[in-house]
This record gives sequence, C-alpha cells and structure tokens, in this order.
Amino acid sequence: MSIRIVNPGAMTTVQDEGRFGYMDSGISESGAMDKYSYRKANYLVGNKKDEAALEITLMGPELIFLSDNVFGYMGAEMEATLDGEDVLRGRTYLAREGQTLKFGFAKNGIRAYLAFAGGVDVPVVLGSRSTNIKCSIGGFEGRKLQAGDVLEIGPSRYLNHGVNRLLKRRAEQKIYQSEIQVRVILGPQDDYFTENGLLDFLNGSYKVSTDIDRMGIRLEGKTIEAKAPTDIVSDGITFGSIQITSSGMPIILMADHQTTGGYAKIATVVSEDLQYLAQARPGDVIRFQKVDITDVQKWNYFDFLTSIYESNPGLEMIYYPEAVHAR
Amino acid sequence: MDVRYLPAGDEALVIEFGKTIDEEINNSVISMAASIRNRKIKGVREILPTYRSLMVFYNPKKISYVRLVSTVKSLGYKDKDEAESKRTLIVPCCYDDSFGPDLSDMSTELGLSREEIVKIHSAEKYKIYMMGFLPGFVYLGGLDKRINIPRLKTPRTKIPARSVGIGGAQTGVYPVDSPGGWRLIGSTPLDFYDIKREHPILCEAGEYIRFKPIFRDEYDDIRREIELGNYKNEYEEAVSMTGR
Repeated sequence: MSIRIVNPGAMTTVQDEGRFGYMDSGISESGAMDKYSYRKANYLVGNKKDEAALEITLMGPELIFLSDNVFGYMGAEMEATLDGEDVLRGRTYLAREGQTLKFGFAKNGIRAYLAFAGGVDVPVVLGSRSTNIKCSIGGFEGRKLQAGDVLEIGPSRYLNHGVNRLLKRRAEQKIYQSEIQVRVILGPQDDYFTENGLLDFLNGSYKVSTDIDRMGIRLEGKTIEAKAPTDIVSDGITFGSIQITSSGMPIILMADHQTTGGYAKIATVVSEDLQYLAQARPGDVIRFQKVDITDVQKWNYFDFLTSIYESNPGLEMIYYPEAVHAR
Repeated sequence: MDVRYLPAGDEALVIEFGKTIDEEINNSVISMAASIRNRKIKGVREILPTYRSLMVFYNPKKISYVRLVSTVKSLGYKDKDEAESKRTLIVPCCYDDSFGPDLSDMSTELGLSREEIVKIHSAEKYKIYMMGFLPGFVYLGGLDKRINIPRLKTPRTKIPARSVGIGGAQTGVYPVDSPGGWRLIGSTPLDFYDIKREHPILCEAGEYIRFKPIFRDEYDDIRREIELGNYKNEYEEAVSMTGR
C-alpha cells in the first residue's frame, strides 16, 4: 500500500511521538508538534497511538492513493477534498486507488495531522520515524516531502474486516482561538529576572511573530526585565522552555528545539498546553498563567501505591518491588 | 556544593550543581548522570548532562516530580575527576592551509607562529564537558589561554563537516556542515556524527580527546580507510586500564 505526493504543500513531514534517548548526543526529540491532534488522527484510523503520520503546515499537500486506504485528519481546518468531495476533520474516510486527496490553506489552526490505517512506513532511525531536518534523519529521507515521493503505508488489520467499524470513528475537534492562555511553571532560571520582569511576563500579553517554525515561536511584546544579562552557561532545553534573549523577548522552544542553550529560561509551558501553541498563527495573542508543579501533578498512581507499601513494609517486597528501588 | 533541584515544566527536572564552567561542577554532573543511569529509576526517560547541570526527562504518569526529587537526592555523586576510568580518543588533525584558513590571521593576532599554535593546540588532553547544539558536537574544556581568540565578527554561512576550530576559550569539531563563527585551524578525517554507523555519535560527555597533527596524505589515507569501513579509532588507554 502506498501514496504518491503530487504537491508537497508548504512543509509536510513524517512525524511520530518523537525520538528519545539521544538528547545527550545533541539530537533533539522532534515528533508531532500537536500531540493531541496527532494521537487522535491515529485513533481515527485504528492505529496505535504512536504510528507515523503526516504533519501538514499552513498549506496542504496533494496526494494520490496508489491503493485503497482509510484515512482521517485532525488539527488545523484545511479545506480538504477527496476527488472534489469535502473531507472533514475528526472523521474517517475510505479512499479508493487512484483518488486524489487535496488540502488547501489552513483556516483555523496551522498544523494538520493526516493518518492512514497502518501508519506511514518509513524506516525507524534511532528509535523513531520522526523527521529531524537539522540532522537529516528519520521521516522520508530525512527531509520534508517533495513532489513525486512515494510513501509506503504499513499493514492494518482493520482493512480486511473492520473498515466499516473504522468509518464510524469520530474524534472531537478543537476550535483554535486567536487569544491563547497557556499554563507555565516558572524556572529553571526565573531568578535571573526582576520582580517587574516576572510580573510583565505573567500579566502581559505577547503576540506571535511571523518567526515560527518547528524549532520555536518568537514572541513580541513588553521587554522582560532581567537583573543581569540573560546569557548563561549553557544548560538543557526541553519542549516548551521559554528563553528570554538578550533583547528581552521570549522564544518558546518547540519539538525541534536545540538540546542546549545559553539564554536564561524564565518558565516552561505545561506539556498538555503545547498543543495550543503548535496551532498558534502569526498575530495570535498568548498569555501565560503561572501554576505550580504540584498543581499539575496532583495525584499520581505510583506515589499512591508507594505510600501504601511504604507504610506496610511487609507488603512491599511481595507486591510492589519497584517501590523499594525507587526509594 | 549547593545543589538545586528545579522543575523545567512537568516532564523534566533540572539538577543544578553551579552556574559556571568549572571542573568540579562538571565532574559532579557526569557522576550524578552515571548514578541515575545505574539506578534505572522507573519513569525516567533520558538524561542530558551539560556543563553545570543535569536535565532529567521523566514520564509524569510513572513518577511525580516530588518523588523523583526525593529519589535523586538519595543518590551519591563525586566531584573528583574519574579520568582513570575514562578513555582518551586520539583525533588526527591536519592543520594545512586548505583546512585552516584562519591560521595565518590568528598567527598575526596572537603573535605566535603557526607551528606554535598547532603545538599548543595538540598538546592538551581535552575533557568533553558536554555535547549539544548539533548532533555529536563536543564542548571541550581546557584550551590553553595563549590560543584563545574571539569568534569571527561575521560568521561563515557554511563550515564543512569535520572542521576543527577555536571560538573564544573553546575548541571543537563541527560534526556536520553548519554555519558558524569559530576560527578554522584544521580538519579531522574522523566523523563525529555518522548516522550510518551502529553508534552514530563518536564520543560522550566525560570522555577525553587529544588532537594529533597529521600530514595531508595521512589525512587522505585515514579518510579512505574510514570510507571503506576499515579504520579503527585510536585511544590512549587510561593508566589503570579499567576503561572500556
């Protein structure tokens, strides 16, 4: 089973959950920017949640099915059509061999996730199928898609018997607002900023600039005052780190972030809210709401079990040996 | 040492040993990274050691921040150098004009002959403090002050992979073609990053490297051996022979 790209669109790449375990070699995680939409797209077509899909940015591709397949898309609304018939977000469709799927411009949100039953079957590189353009690895030949590329689609057990069941699947679609509030946890370098700087960051609003890509989102707004220059001796960066550059402007680092960086990081976006940033368009307004780590991680199964077994040492060894190691 | 435990969002913990580039601080980072790896803490996804801190990525569904902090606090680490257990990679380097276009300017600015610059650069055993920025990029400590030199005012748009350079108080190797502002002094035939290899990254933080001057024809020979898959990396074995 396969598809052929007729027109790649602005920036279409193969992505999955991400590439983990190589950050200490300078290889960042990559993976879908909007994990919610990506996982739901996989759900629609009966895939495991970490199967590879296409991430479509701003302007969609045109592709031809070289064999029958079930597909569905989530994320940005992109005026998709299958041989001229409307294709809606959050639904599942059966495409026949030779049919053309065409996406237009993003109308709401900026990134769509197109999943096929069986998943995009590109080689696994360092544990992932995600495209990392900077390192030229993963995805389709380590690059964004081009016209003429033929992508293999893996086998799906649903295609023999369960197509009708798949076609009934639905996923709830989010409507993306132009004013976004995201939760942040202050740190690790919030102590580099003055009280006024922190207040401006938390009470102000910041506009999404045109400088946005898979590496980061550059924001515009009130300068964030620091006690001293924000250059630091490099330390680690994660998906969602908010760096303040020497000009006092924030950059939110996204899936293709560099692994280490030399600017102070005032805060980090809560992982669940990254999906909204992944859909932010230039001109959108972002506000930051401070939360504590303990608010986000209120209840934890592991902690709960551990606390029970800790108060009953006899049980520990028999039923929950991990608790012993974790101490 | 005042160790700080800081959240970097809800999926990463930063263990900060200091704010500066310092050997004891970095030894602690590397040693703590080893302790965490050995403990195999459930829910810990990966570890990123840097100059002065350690980022621990975890799955909050498997371990909470509070739990993780209390677990890592119980682990031991050393701020002493564990050099005797670490190997030193010999990095052949050709300091020819074609590879080191900035050598003549540096010679004028530093008041040292080219031979002296090469001699100083290749005398030192450099510690890999951390890796990052590009795949396989090594941040090396210990560059002799006599050959510290500011970066180019206007960075080059493309520096070829395997170029060896100096930027400020740092020296290193560009693992892939990349823009950059370091002064170029030579090139190594070794690939610090090669995705086709079983281990794409040549070294890891905590190890050492030493540059060894070679002539152009040796460079070409080694390059040919590497492309044929016949080249064996050369190491200076640690005295205690406990290295890998």
